[in-house]
Amino acid sequence: MAHSATIALQPGQKDPAVKEIWRITIILSVLTIVELALGFSMIGMPIETLHYFIKGVIIILMLAKAFYIIGYFMHLKHEVRTLIMSIGIPMLLFVWFILAFIMDGHSYNVMKNRYEPYYKEKSTIQMPPPAEEHKEVKPGGLD
Amino acid sequence: MANTTAISQTWKGGKSPFNVEYGKLMMWYFLMSDSFTFGALLIAYGTTRFATNGWPNPNIVFGSFPGLGPGHPLLFVSLMTFILIMSSVTMVLAVHAGHKMDKKQVVKYLIWTIIGGLAFLSCQAIEWTHLHSEGAWWGSNPFPNSDGSISTSNFTNFFFTITGFHGFHVFSGVVINVIMLIMTLQDKFEHKGHYLMIEKAGLYWHFVDLVWVFVFTCFYLI
Repeated sequence: MAHSATIALQPGQKDPAVKEIWRITIILSVLTIVELALGFSMIGMPIETLHYFIKGVIIILMLAKAFYIIGYFMHLKHEVRTLIMSIGIPMLLFVWFILAFIMDGHSYNVMKNRYEPYYKEKSTIQMPPPAEEHKEVKPGGLD
Repeated sequence: MANTTAISQTWKGGKSPFNVEYGKLMMWYFLMSDSFTFGALLIAYGTTRFATNGWPNPNIVFGSFPGLGPGHPLLFVSLMTFILIMSSVTMVLAVHAGHKMDKKQVVKYLIWTIIGGLAFLSCQAIEWTHLHSEGAWWGSNPFPNSDGSISTSNFTNFFFTITGFHGFHVFSGVVINVIMLIMTLQDKFEHKGHYLMIEKAGLYWHFVDLVWVFVFTCFYLI
């Protein structure tokens, strides 16, 4: 779109940049609708392989949406390569960032469950249903 | 006295390495740093979730729609998501109109973007008020885990902190857009000869939308 200013449009000609904006809008909407449909399909589903598979698909769709927003709306795809790289390469840190921390959290939980029986037992205690008569009592802000 | 000639020289190189205006480049670097802030928050949330045995079911916690009551999972957040996507679209159209020096269109699309931002903030205010009335706040979580077991306040702490931080970005984005609107109406950009400022505000606004894509997925969908 930065370059479109240099292109003089003939009267009556459809602006290709605007057409592209609407094309991306439709792609983003469709991706969101698919995400929501998958989200709905997960309701009440037992936490099994399919459940995790759907979550994985949702994450991939999320990344696709991010690509379209950054690439087209933020116009990064049409910038010079140096700029794309100077933004994109630092982002690769996230690969380590996400993997390291999430795996660490997971390993913490596995070890806690293995070596601390009370921790495991505590996570099975059922929460009592909220008492109806105390419903008006709202817990205060940060107290 | 030979080294008095060491006066810094301005760069006269041929090609500009980034081929963008200084302010826009700096906006990109700011957004990169901001993405690490949001990334850190979301990764902390993910790590905590992986380090906990149970977690509340978002379809039950966020299952209300204003006026319809509970039992409508994902509906309200879908509305919020579409509002933000559409306001992002109107922002691109405003930037595009700016390239064409079309002041009337810039004003029109900026107003739509501001309306979208305010609508999103209103939705968030409704959601927060609703959750607060159910007893959810920083440090208190009335929702049990999805298996019915006792939950910790980690869930609400992360939810309010991250959506709050995002909402703060939306709010500042709206303020920036209002400033852009005022500057456009005062013909500031017409006198400058370009609407590049709108482009920088646009980058920030799209980033807000981008972060919501991640927040929405991490909190409401998975």
